[in-house]
Amino acid sequence: MPLPKPQSNVHVVTLQIDGQDLSAREDETIIEVCREHGIPIPSLCYLDGLSIHGGCRLCLIELEEQNRLLAACSTRVAEGMRILTNTERLQRYRRTIVELLFAERNHVCSVCVSNGHCELQTLAQGCGVNHVHIPYRYQRYQVDSSHEMFRIDHNRCVLCTRCLRVCDEIEGAHTWDLMGRGSDCQVITDLARPWGDSSTCTSCGKCVQVCPTGALVKQGTSAGEMVKDQSFLPILARRRHH
Amino acid sequence: MNVDDLEELADKHRQEQAGITTEVRVCTAASCQSSGALPVFEALNANRDEQEHANCRIKSVGCMGLCSAGPLVAVASTDAPLAEAQLYRDVSAADAPDILTSAKTATPLERLHCPNDMPFFARQQRIVLENSGVIDPNSFKGYVAVGGYQAMVTTLTEMTPAEVIAEVTTSGLRGRGGGGYPTGLKWSTVAKMPAGQKYVICNADEGDPGAFMDRAILESDPHRVLEGMAIAAYAIGANKGFIYIRAEYPLAVERLKTAIRKAKRAGFLGHHICETEFNFDIEIRLGAGAFVCGEETALMASIEGGRGHPRPRPPYPAASGLWGHPTLINNVETYANIAPIIRKGGNWFAGIGTEGSKGTKVFALAGAIRNTGLIEVPMGTSLRDIIEAIGGGIPGDKAFKAVQTGGPSGGCIPEAHLDIPVDYDSLKTLGTIMGSGGMIVMDETSSMVEVARFFMEFCMSESCGKCIPCRAGTAQMHELLDRIAKSTATHKELALLEELCEVVRATSLCGLGQTAPNPVLSTLRYFRAEYEQRLRHQDAA
Repeated sequence: MPLPKPQSNVHVVTLQIDGQDLSAREDETIIEVCREHGIPIPSLCYLDGLSIHGGCRLCLIELEEQNRLLAACSTRVAEGMRILTNTERLQRYRRTIVELLFAERNHVCSVCVSNGHCELQTLAQGCGVNHVHIPYRYQRYQVDSSHEMFRIDHNRCVLCTRCLRVCDEIEGAHTWDLMGRGSDCQVITDLARPWGDSSTCTSCGKCVQVCPTGALVKQGTSAGEMVKDQSFLPILARRRHH
Repeated sequence: MNVDDLEELADKHRQEQAGITTEVRVCTAASCQSSGALPVFEALNANRDEQEHANCRIKSVGCMGLCSAGPLVAVASTDAPLAEAQLYRDVSAADAPDILTSAKTATPLERLHCPNDMPFFARQQRIVLENSGVIDPNSFKGYVAVGGYQAMVTTLTEMTPAEVIAEVTTSGLRGRGGGGYPTGLKWSTVAKMPAGQKYVICNADEGDPGAFMDRAILESDPHRVLEGMAIAAYAIGANKGFIYIRAEYPLAVERLKTAIRKAKRAGFLGHHICETEFNFDIEIRLGAGAFVCGEETALMASIEGGRGHPRPRPPYPAASGLWGHPTLINNVETYANIAPIIRKGGNWFAGIGTEGSKGTKVFALAGAIRNTGLIEVPMGTSLRDIIEAIGGGIPGDKAFKAVQTGGPSGGCIPEAHLDIPVDYDSLKTLGTIMGSGGMIVMDETSSMVEVARFFMEFCMSESCGKCIPCRAGTAQMHELLDRIAKSTATHKELALLEELCEVVRATSLCGLGQTAPNPVLSTLRYFRAEYEQRLRHQDAA
């Protein structure tokens, strides 16, 4: 979902991304323009149709002759911008961030229901993470299987908050929220009650479909079987906003 | 009401006290209270005889600065500055009769004497703290009697908002919360936003370990902050203000509440302030103990009732702040500087300090130093002056090792750089920041690895968890520092620590994460040997 738009007179700007001359509406964000033109930018929390979170920091880009990095999801384009999306420095940072994620919780691909269909896995391959040189933390996290249709495995959660946002912004239920801070942060249903006891959950399953990893899955799926479909989201989001 | 009416009011309040020639001031701010100031205050009141001490009164005042000598009591003539007072240190309730006798006979009590011509007091220049330890923070009349609200009434009746902003811009005042952003520029940005609902916020969520400047200002002179906020609101066209203060400061909250109530009752806050068209109301919001809520976007999310999470900027608060409206957000000490700037002029203020950093700065001295407490010095004073002259040096024949400024976002400065002037830009070149004003002094017994670990633990537990580099990165860095401190780490792990420092600094969402590596980077810069000594040597490549 784009950032709140200015009311009147939207202008078109021209800019350069990785040396390629492009034009864009000035209310578009850098990531939207990149996606439109097939320029790959890794991201985890960004999802077309949801509000901007800006937490994964994977879509950071560089501006030529500027030291500061900008998140492509939360930065609007501007006239004459010269954007670099894939410098050596960015590649290095992205690899480290992905490694930090792998080391933070317990992502074991071989036994994961999302194996082969996981955004984190694809991202790691794309960023060239072939091994993790940051020490694993091996902390225990819970699995909540109390819901009759779905399951959440906090070991595989990357805290992208897509589930929160889709539940709040598209479904309108706001069953999901966050609890705790720092490493203790976790997504919760209602006031940290078991998901199955939730009085607000409509069992629509949108959270499961938007979850990038095997954290939110359908019950009864086995390793590699959980295939997700997010095509509903841009369509629904546009209907909500028009 | 115009300035003459206010002067008349001040005169009236002074007349009410005409019979009093001597005040016995007891510091009742948090640090003196913690060393037993309240029993002293009660004992003095109990021992005061209506007839015998008719021209003497016992007054509860705010911070006098030298917290390590508390409870402090000062005997002075009415509203005289601290320099003209007779100061007593380490006072106990049993000393009350002696103090009263000496106040009556005007003979100093040698036993408790605390020289206020010592460098700790003499080297200071008090602008923000001019009323601290002099007036009763709970008294509205007391503030007016020393010239309070003059600046506000002047701006409301004699100045246009643009003139107010020009004066603040001329003064060269920069944000005292740590960033050092030019205050005049910030004000004019918000003022230039289209008219409509705008907000003024005072950030009193002081969270750096070892920092207590804002607490002392609010406990000692709360009206000064209200006045600064009202002037800001007038300048930018706001009608509503919030003070976001941490709940861990109950006394400051209490005194602020009293101040707001009394200012409202006197018509200095609320509708048609001083019979002008200007409306301004202030509400207090309590922080629930999250360091990240001192970050402006997280602070605003918290005021709105949401989770205290920062969000990406732009949009900056000046364009889209509280509930999407243009919002001005400044620190307590910044607002406390406004009234004197308006009263004495921007040029006067710009004459104090250095080229790039004007005015004075309040610092909280803590750690291995003789005189701990609160000081206010002109920008550009050297660190050596602050630590050796004002602070009195290191106690117990130990050698100085480093001074930490800027809290968990700052860094450590070693002996070799003690002669640099304290201003925003000089500190930056040393790899630290001015920060809000905490200064922790460390002697030779401190381990710099452990200092870095302490601050990293703080950042780790205060990380909100929103962005990956800060949430996972600080936890990893803490683990690595812990291993180095316990001498179980290898050279490879030190290299990983440095790599993580770079990534977390460059990629984190907000200031907390971006500056979290600073304590590690600065200790590595000046004390690398201490890290290397603790590595497992067999792994040396």
